[in-house]
Amino acid sequence: MTTQPPETPDAATPAASLAAGADSPPPGTDVLRAEHIGKSFGPVTALVDVNLRLAKGEVLGLLGDNGAGKSTLLKILCGFQQQDSGALMVNGREVLLRSVDHARSLGIDAVYQDLALINQLSVYHNMFLNREELRWPLLNNRAMRKAAREHLDAMGVNIPSVDVEVARLSGGQRQAIAIARAVYSDAKILLLDEPLAAMGAKEVAIILDLIRDLKRRGDVSIVIIAHNYGQALEVCDRINLLQHGMITLDKASKDTSVAELNDIVVAEYRRAMEARQRS
Amino acid sequence: MSNTTERSGMLVGLPGDGPGGAGDGTLDRLRRGAGVFGRQREATVFVVTAALLLYFGLTHPSTFGSRINAIDLLSEIAAPIVIIAIGEVLLLICGEIDLSVGFIFACSPFVMFYLNVYFGVPAGLAILLSLAFGVGCGWINGFLTVTLGLPSFITTLGTGFLLAGFALYTSHAEAKTIPPATIGIGNWIGTNPWSQFIWAVILVAIFHVVLTRTSWGLHTIATGDNQLGAREAGIRVGRIKYGNFMIIGFLGALVGLQTAFYNNTIDPLAGGYTPMFYGVTAAVIGGTAMLGGSGTILGAFLGAIALSTLIDGFDLVGITANLLPIIFGGAILIAMIANVQLARLRARGRT
Repeated sequence: MTTQPPETPDAATPAASLAAGADSPPPGTDVLRAEHIGKSFGPVTALVDVNLRLAKGEVLGLLGDNGAGKSTLLKILCGFQQQDSGALMVNGREVLLRSVDHARSLGIDAVYQDLALINQLSVYHNMFLNREELRWPLLNNRAMRKAAREHLDAMGVNIPSVDVEVARLSGGQRQAIAIARAVYSDAKILLLDEPLAAMGAKEVAIILDLIRDLKRRGDVSIVIIAHNYGQALEVCDRINLLQHGMITLDKASKDTSVAELNDIVVAEYRRAMEARQRS
Repeated sequence: MSNTTERSGMLVGLPGDGPGGAGDGTLDRLRRGAGVFGRQREATVFVVTAALLLYFGLTHPSTFGSRINAIDLLSEIAAPIVIIAIGEVLLLICGEIDLSVGFIFACSPFVMFYLNVYFGVPAGLAILLSLAFGVGCGWINGFLTVTLGLPSFITTLGTGFLLAGFALYTSHAEAKTIPPATIGIGNWIGTNPWSQFIWAVILVAIFHVVLTRTSWGLHTIATGDNQLGAREAGIRVGRIKYGNFMIIGFLGALVGLQTAFYNNTIDPLAGGYTPMFYGVTAAVIGGTAMLGGSGTILGAFLGAIALSTLIDGFDLVGITANLLPIIFGGAILIAMIANVQLARLRARGRT
């Protein structure tokens, strides 16, 4: 099986298909665009034809079922894997992301579900991991502690002390630190993989607040992968629904609802069940 | 390696939830002092070591407390364990182990001997090359483990046999005396009664700083704690492991030279598994977790002194040495049980 993009009416004019549905700003302001991204793993096609755009300062919610291709898309956007077909545009320029480091150098940083935090190191060492401040040959712990404190305060991340081991923080605090670290390293495009998964209401509030604060700053654009529609609508400007490797819905949050999204997905299940019964 | 938070191993390190509420003056201050002390990872092993030294010192002041015994205990018995333990701590923290270091120990003085006696290499250079040989062995262990993907347990099991064979085969299983040309430098390395212990202390100080105050130490901990996460943060995990294998190779070669100079003999059966296992034991008693991610050099130093005190003390007191393995076995198990259970307590206290 190959990953030929299926025929779509406006395949010839990607901009037109991208703009469909949402009240879109002029195309020049997009910090990230994916055009006709396809990806397969052997016989399994994960992404068929994904078109996605992210405007500056925008928070985009990427929703979809398990297996819809969300993780694959995220890995391509952050340079962890390369697409088989299609193109990525960062700040209007087409790039082939060779590696995570390459993506990071372009200001794209992913916060993975496993968070890449080192449990047994302090908060400030985690904040500066692999970017340590040095007073050669020693670590400049004082400078790092101070900078971490200031940065976390500025972002409104509330932790008892930057000296505690990350292992002793709650899930929400850990997620907040992972996000703060990415922002501190000058990420302009943040990709958050299920930032609200397996969290209590209080924890969810911490992260939603943090994302709102980032939105207010306006210089960071965010893609959030989520499966809870309510939470996504709460914080995202726009929602994209990914189904079977394609984006099937692209609407501003205010133009859609949990009910509409639910209906689409339930209809999807019905079709799948009917198909099973027929076979 | 798993990265659960539960195994953050250390002998002691109970969170000690800060100074308790309102207290009365001195008692409160004392309690706070005890809290700070108790939060140091090395606290328990420090107490145990001090107690052992005190016990043998008070019950046998004339023998255990003598200068000659101090040299025996600290330089001859403890120093090699300490120096090997330093290397094992670094490797264990980044999730690996080196079983071959005792055989690098056996080979390095032979390398010096062959170069100096058979090839006429000047003494100083021969010694440097023999240390470089140790580093090279570490590089090979790194290559097999990191680049070819063997588990380090198997890698170093294999290279250990190879090195043991190298020492036996090339020496025809005969001990050699130290080449005369190297005796001068040898004084500095190991012949002088205190030189082994002084080296051990210097190396402990250096590597304690390396582990706790440099990027290398931070990345070593990160590699062992969460290898995937460390890689995602851009740390070159493979390079960290190579480096730590090379450090322990260097340390093993140094200990080999020291022991050879101290005994004025190059013995093909020196080293072997015993100093390596003592080194690992010292590391574990000192609070290093076998699963990676945590450990302390100071703890391993104290652990090595505790082990050596037991070896030396039992010898002096005249208790049969056959009892020693039982004590060591018990000590390792108790230390590990304390590690795991305290970590569990810590994890519970957090939520």
